Amino acid sequence: MHSGAPSDIAAPVARPPGQQREAASILRRVLRLFLYQRELTPILITVGLFAYFTIRAGSTFTGSLSLSSASGYAGPIGAIAVGEVLLLVLAEIDLSAGQVFLFAPWVMYWMHNLGLPIALSILIALAVCGGVGAVNGLITVRLNVPSFVTTLAMNFVLFGLVLIYSSDAEASPIPLSSSNGSPGFSSQFMGSWLWSEILWVLVITILGTVLLRRTRFGVRIIATGGNLLGAAEAGVPVRRVKVWCFVLCSFLAGLVGIVDAVKYGSLDPGNFGVDYILYAVGACVIGGTALTGGRGTVIGAFIGAILIGILEDGLTLIGVSTNDFYVWVGVVIIFAMALNAQFDRLIARSRGT
Amino acid sequence: MSVQPTQPTPPALEVRGVTKRFGALVVLRGIDLVLRQGEVLGLVGDNGAGKSTLVKILSGFHQQDEGDVIVGGERVRFHSVRAARAHGIETVYQDLALIPQLPVYLNLFLGHEVTKLGPLRFLDKSSMRKLSRQYLDEINVRVPSIDAEAEQLSGGQRQAVAVARSVRAAPKILLLDEPLAAMGARESKLIINLVKDLASSGRVSIIVIDHNYAHLFELCDRINVMQGGRITLDQQVHETSLENLTELMISSYRSQLEEISSDGA
Repeated sequence: MHSGAPSDIAAPVARPPGQQREAASILRRVLRLFLYQRELTPILITVGLFAYFTIRAGSTFTGSLSLSSASGYAGPIGAIAVGEVLLLVLAEIDLSAGQVFLFAPWVMYWMHNLGLPIALSILIALAVCGGVGAVNGLITVRLNVPSFVTTLAMNFVLFGLVLIYSSDAEASPIPLSSSNGSPGFSSQFMGSWLWSEILWVLVITILGTVLLRRTRFGVRIIATGGNLLGAAEAGVPVRRVKVWCFVLCSFLAGLVGIVDAVKYGSLDPGNFGVDYILYAVGACVIGGTALTGGRGTVIGAFIGAILIGILEDGLTLIGVSTNDFYVWVGVVIIFAMALNAQFDRLIARSRGT
Repeated sequence: MSVQPTQPTPPALEVRGVTKRFGALVVLRGIDLVLRQGEVLGLVGDNGAGKSTLVKILSGFHQQDEGDVIVGGERVRFHSVRAARAHGIETVYQDLALIPQLPVYLNLFLGHEVTKLGPLRFLDKSSMRKLSRQYLDEINVRVPSIDAEAEQLSGGQRQAVAVARSVRAAPKILLLDEPLAAMGARESKLIINLVKDLASSGRVSIIVIDHNYAHLFELCDRINVMQGGRITLDQQVHETSLENLTELMISSYRSQLEEISSDGA
């Protein structure tokens, strides 16, 4: 650094103050990195948790059985969280995505039972999920119903439909699931392989990140969520952007919902989607997405889901009861949200620099 | 000082005898107004004087009941904001325009993003960055970085970027709604210089709406005072001082008030 040079000449033995300043500037740069790359904090926490459980439980934790159960927890949460992030960036929310996740395999099951081929059954199920999202979106933007309410209602509607058409009975076996005999490639691909669900979620995460950060649609999502009126003034079709995000969120939840059903091989009509949605929103928050609109990270939501999965799996393995797990999830969510709020304040304060 | 400008070219905008009623309420009682090419015209008046109604007619929100709006010599009637835009009239509303979470360059291109890879519509960030830099240099707008989020800019910088974005659409006429509201002296200077530069470069003719005389005195070539739905004073700024102008406005108000009270008698 040039600023250090004169003092070097005056006192060659003393440590140049430039070095101190350099350290400060490195510190500031690190802080900036954390401010703008919100995923970094949850990544560090996840790595920390991983290390902690590895030390505490050793190979029991790092074994594939344990890790697959961790990813089994994380998969559904992550799948729903990725779509949810898009809506949170829009300053909207979809409380029905968890129920859509459970609804999609039922549609596939019913279609298959009607004698339709499996591929067609899946396509119909996905189309129905997209349709559910479109209904959510259109009611929200056309009838001015807050999305919180629209999707809360949709949640009950879908839950009721499953109960009605399943006659309260479990569905089994699910087409493609390994209980139908030895699983072929399409079965493995669609979920019966140990790692396929988490890989699906990973792929969705990557696509979602590219969508949000690299495409015109992503800019329009951020603009709509950041300043609705300003975005509309600038020519962003804000309503269309919102409806498409609802469609996307439902579609992704349904897609991984089918994968999840194939993995477990049976469907329980009594499962309630709200359980999933609360974890998913929690994962988004842990990952660094505020619920204020305009900001969010898809990778963060994925990391948040992984963090919750590792926490649940790890705590179980070291003999902590599930009850403690809930307390820890709560603590992590509050911690993450508080950190986000402080980061936002720091950004606002760094004006003009 | 300088000679009264002669007009070989038609004025950028002319308003002739425009009236507007909302039910029984008469808001505009025959507005006559001329905006010359490359001019900055200030429009001042109290709340209820009708200036925002006039601006809304010019930007296409409302339609006049009677009278003509003439843009570049052509009689027009706007039935929508889009129609006004198509005739080269852009409006910058105060502090509404930018997206706080997007960087400057994406704010500049919002609604007109440069994309690549065809239907996938991937953002061509490097060309948008390059074009933004060139463009902001060209019109002398300085921001800390084109990658800075709008949220990190000062009020003046934000306003400058908002004006820059509107000007990028190459309008003939720019309507600015209180561009100096809540701004410090240095910030104001930034916008004043930008607006003056834009006008003198002949890119655009500008109408500024404000109710602060001092702001308008610094910003404008000419000031029109609106009162009770009419233009009651049309004053070249360089022919007067701020004190004189204020005096003129007060006496104009007074005579107008007398007229109104004698009308009522």
